[in-house]
Amino acid sequence: MDLIDHLSMGFGVAFTAQNLLYALVGCLLGTLIGVLPGIGPVATIAMLLPATYALPPVSALIMLAGIYYGAQYGGSTTAILVNLPGESSSVVTVIDGYQMARRGRAGPALAAAGLGSFFAGCVGTLILAAFAPPLTEVAFKFGPAEYFSLMVLGLIGAVVLASGSLLKAITMILVGLALGLVGTDVNSGVARYSFGIPELTDGIGFIAIAMGVFGYGEIIANLATPQHQREVFTDKVKGLWPTREDFRNMLPAVLRGTALGSALGILPGGGALLSAFASYTVEKKVKLKPGEVPFGRGNIRGVAGPESANNAGAQTSFIPLLTLGLPPNAVMALMVGAMTIHNIQPGPQVMTGNPELFWGLIASMWIGNLMLIVLNLPLIGIWIKLLTIPYKWLFPAIVLFCAIGVFSENNNAFDVWMVGLFGIVGYVLIKLKCEPAPLLLGFILGPMMEENLRRALLLSRGDWSVFVTRPLSAGLLIAAALLLVIVLLPSVKAKRQEAFIEE
Amino acid sequence: MRIKSQRDFWAGVLFSAFGVAFALGATTYDIGTAARMGPAYFPLIVGVLIVIMGALITLKALTVETDDGEPVGAIGWKPACFIIGANLIFGVLLGGMPSLGIPRMGLVIAIYALILIASLAGDDFNLKGALILATILAVGTYFALVVALKLQFPVWPAFITG
Repeated sequence: MDLIDHLSMGFGVAFTAQNLLYALVGCLLGTLIGVLPGIGPVATIAMLLPATYALPPVSALIMLAGIYYGAQYGGSTTAILVNLPGESSSVVTVIDGYQMARRGRAGPALAAAGLGSFFAGCVGTLILAAFAPPLTEVAFKFGPAEYFSLMVLGLIGAVVLASGSLLKAITMILVGLALGLVGTDVNSGVARYSFGIPELTDGIGFIAIAMGVFGYGEIIANLATPQHQREVFTDKVKGLWPTREDFRNMLPAVLRGTALGSALGILPGGGALLSAFASYTVEKKVKLKPGEVPFGRGNIRGVAGPESANNAGAQTSFIPLLTLGLPPNAVMALMVGAMTIHNIQPGPQVMTGNPELFWGLIASMWIGNLMLIVLNLPLIGIWIKLLTIPYKWLFPAIVLFCAIGVFSENNNAFDVWMVGLFGIVGYVLIKLKCEPAPLLLGFILGPMMEENLRRALLLSRGDWSVFVTRPLSAGLLIAAALLLVIVLLPSVKAKRQEAFIEE
Repeated sequence: MRIKSQRDFWAGVLFSAFGVAFALGATTYDIGTAARMGPAYFPLIVGVLIVIMGALITLKALTVETDDGEPVGAIGWKPACFIIGANLIFGVLLGGMPSLGIPRMGLVIAIYALILIASLAGDDFNLKGALILATILAVGTYFALVVALKLQFPVWPAFITG
């Protein structure tokens, strides 16, 4: 069959000793970078791009792909161990992953993230190989109205991320949207909410908010509770590997996550991120088996599902890149740059004109995933040791990492102070029991939503009904409404119960 | 009307205040029409929505019964001040603040300052321990970021490197 031929050619290209070495170096570098919050894969790839000029194109892309995956996995590691989402996609992993770590289950959490990602990566690669051309057809059908409705659906889904009050969760999303709008408006060039501060004209940095709200807020809250009331930071570490029961719980979550990620990752622009949130929503909705930990307290499904969705999404997000030449995020944009430097025009011709490159890259993605498992699973033991450091040494180090990580982006002290500001915000939010994760999602999606809303209305000449007259968009909005109803229904029922009991 | 849930009450009030400020700020820009959205169109919508949600939350806090009044609880002023203070000092020392006449102190001194101040936020402050931690972190950071990754950082104070 054609597919097997292509794949074997790809593996032939990718499995040379040289390329394997590049994959290994890429993964190693990527993981180290991903673990340090603040220095993300974008910066790393940008720094290493010149080093790859001398390499043959396939090797260069293989190394860059390795860095990309390594960084994603490294980001999950810090999210689980110290509650710091180094990358936008780790925001969901933080929720249950960190809680698992607090209960001494960091090992299973890290393993779940790794194995789930690997499985999803394999499946994603196959989908990529088999369905690339037909799937781009679907992407064509998505216009700005559909994107806007998809994001509304995603945000409503994110409301389910909150284990507490729904009203507050929706408000957090809106506040996140608002914060995302700070900065220069792309269409008009007007600097919005910048208060005359030049650094704000580019908007608030994602890293600053994430580090401040998740990092500092958590530390201040921890230190503010008197010692005897503090939850033991790590219960005795109970084993490095998931138990059989863990595996049984994980497997369906991984399958669901992979399916979601493969589907959503194809949509250019935030597909991989949305799939992580969508997966968490789905997992939360699936009935808890007896004996399972509730969500938000360290349920392994809350780590395995989103991590798989994330990785599957990352794989399928190569599809718009390789077939349409459309980079779905900043990292992919750099890859496009790398390809152009090597005189390869990404687009439909890559498949036919440069088959060894195309299939070699696909094979190398699979190898990259494998490398990550090989590298990281043994390292889990070392990561666990990190958690046994007494908190009084750990928290100043975290304060430092947050400050330095964000400084390294722009060499600007202002960014450091933003982390401080959002640390205060984060502490306030924790005291008022408002969930920070929806805020971050709103923050990331805010500018995109505005852009798509603007385009949709421009195309429809100010007609708001375009969102319900276009079938795909209407479908998505109906799904969002249904989701909201489903989420509200149990609380409505519960109120009714209360009323009846009192009578 | 008694406040049934302190937390939600203050949350609602803060949100509404933020929403009002945000919406008012939006009016300083051009709103435009639906077909040609100006820079203030979307922010205004979001601001108004936040005000509505904040009002709903406050309303709920005043009407829906809770078990214990959901208090906000004691505010940790000490850890908050020290952690945020450490962060601010780090920023000031790392790059220096010409407007205040503080010269650039560089990475090493900034790290020491941050670790010492942040450690004061904890329960038992141990000067020796904090200094050792700061040294380890300074060395580690130097090797990881400046040597290995070749990132540009001011490492030593201005009067030493000139």
